[in-house]
Amino acid sequence: MKRQEIFTRVSSIFREVLEDDSLNINEKEGADDIDDWDSLTHIMLIVETEKEFKIKFISSEISNWNNIGDMITAIEDKL
Amino acid sequence: MKDYKEILKNIKKYKNNDFKDIELSLLSDSSTQYLVKFLKALALENEFNMKLWDAPIDQVEQQIFNKKSEFHKNNHTLIIIFESTHSLLRKYNLSNDKINFSDIQFSRIQSYLNELSSLNKDVIFFNFYEINDYVFGNFSSLKKNSFIFQLRKLNFLLSDHLRKLDQFKILDVSSIQNRIGSNNFSDSALYINYEMVFNINGNYEVSKKLINLILSKKASFKKCIIIDLDNTTWGGIVGDDGIDKIQIGDLGIGKAFKEFQQWIKKLKERGIIICVCSKNNEDVAKEVFLKHPQMILKMDDIAVFMANWDSKVNNIRKIQKTLNIGFDSMVFLDDNNFERNIVKDNIPEISVPDLPKDPSNYLNFLYNENFFEINNYSDSTSDRTKFYKTESERIKYKELSSDLTDYMTKIEMKSQLSSLNSFNIPRVSELSQRSNQFNLRTIRYSESDLLKIMKSENYFTFVFELDDRFGSHGIVSFVILKCISNEEVFIENWAMSCRVLERSFENYIINKISEFLKQKKYKIFLGEYIESKKNKLVENLYTKLSFSKLENNKYSIYLDEFIKLQTYITSK
Repeated sequence: MKRQEIFTRVSSIFREVLEDDSLNINEKEGADDIDDWDSLTHIMLIVETEKEFKIKFISSEISNWNNIGDMITAIEDKL
Repeated sequence: MKDYKEILKNIKKYKNNDFKDIELSLLSDSSTQYLVKFLKALALENEFNMKLWDAPIDQVEQQIFNKKSEFHKNNHTLIIIFESTHSLLRKYNLSNDKINFSDIQFSRIQSYLNELSSLNKDVIFFNFYEINDYVFGNFSSLKKNSFIFQLRKLNFLLSDHLRKLDQFKILDVSSIQNRIGSNNFSDSALYINYEMVFNINGNYEVSKKLINLILSKKASFKKCIIIDLDNTTWGGIVGDDGIDKIQIGDLGIGKAFKEFQQWIKKLKERGIIICVCSKNNEDVAKEVFLKHPQMILKMDDIAVFMANWDSKVNNIRKIQKTLNIGFDSMVFLDDNNFERNIVKDNIPEISVPDLPKDPSNYLNFLYNENFFEINNYSDSTSDRTKFYKTESERIKYKELSSDLTDYMTKIEMKSQLSSLNSFNIPRVSELSQRSNQFNLRTIRYSESDLLKIMKSENYFTFVFELDDRFGSHGIVSFVILKCISNEEVFIENWAMSCRVLERSFENYIINKISEFLKQKKYKIFLGEYIESKKNKLVENLYTKLSFSKLENNKYSIYLDEFIKLQTYITSK
């Protein structure tokens, strides 16, 4: 799967979980840059991403992400 | 049921609402943000606004025992306590006395629950979901010092203790885990990283059951279930297939219908009224109940039997008239989508669940719907079946004695009077919630309301039981009297079960109370009738009981002038 496709699917997960249809994310953004991305929605973002790509993240990966780009790299590694 | 993402949308959707508030406190030793989020969203779904104080993590005992804590400042009446099994396991790992672990934990928990009890709190306590550490391999459940043995024992100790205390309820988390499976219930990564002991789905499932318990006080109770017959109560169509071809019993899909009927039967034993509403020829439908050897439900189990070719809407309306209970206390089960929709459209108050297509899934679906929530399980409700049986004997007896006075004397009615006490409070609360017709001011008392009244000096309380030669009716009436001055008392509420109408019981009750008040040197006895949708029956009750009518539906008696009313009931 191309990085671009992963990014598109991740974007739609963000829109759904954060309940904002007009949300446009980019790879450089982290939790501080996006409204409503807090520790609670973070968990749901992970759970929904795992479901979408049928993968499971390792605890240490999750805590090392600094931005959406890191998250997409982690998904890419698992596919 | 909606999925959790859809439910969570409520939080934005109902940002500005004018729903009623529910206030409560949650104490837990694990992370509860998701639980709280779901609870709030589910409360909104039920048109309530939840104001929840989520205590800082792992301060259950501190908050309760420290009188200056925020918990005491908030002073909410409803308290939810959630101790996680993950923390319990940590305590077990440190324990030097693993054989007595559950007893030690039980007394620890008991001590703060007692404290809450003395503060008159309503408490919902989560029991422990299971974790098996398999230290003893497959023998773990046989080893007394294993964690799983101690955990199950602790759950049992808690159930056995709390079942005797009216203000406590258990949220059976262990059953939820059992139903959805551990893998759908928790996720060790979420636990390790966020101290979240349930995963999102687990949090959602727990919240759904919890909201049921929380709202059970406010919701209308289901009293009656109406079942369709063909493909709902048995497989096949009896009119087409014939009695010997319908599916019910131990073979194939028949098993699903047998277990469905067993469930209905258990509801009936709990006091739920069972009715039939089916498009069938009456004799053909009844024949199955009378003759089919595999049928669990019998004609005796059915209160109203409607099998004809009239519309189900009309038949359900007739059932409602016969039973004289509200549509909102009824559930209608039918496999046919078309019939369900007609009923839903015409009688919006009635609950009509969309049964799954495959009958094998009926029961699991109905378990999840959890229609028959109760405020508290009071033993007298379960005796209702027995009661209905003796009631039919009573009716026969009534036909035999031509003279009513003769009948009344013959059945030897005896009444026992007591004040409110911790044993009768659950039943009195139930009576106040369920009686609609003989309920003079329709005040609904929760158990904690009654506890306050019991402890107050401004009230006299009278709880009446009735027995006759056919059996005991249990507690059937109560009167709550409020002292207004040294001379005047006022009937704050009086409710009576309709099962004991027309037995001169109301006369007996007024005689007893007047006698009591005279001894206490009261002069004026006041009552009031507040009209509700359902209590027309007692509109003129006070006049019949020789009270004089004042204005605004208020009534009074001068106790000095009171002459005893005729009654067939004697004191026990």
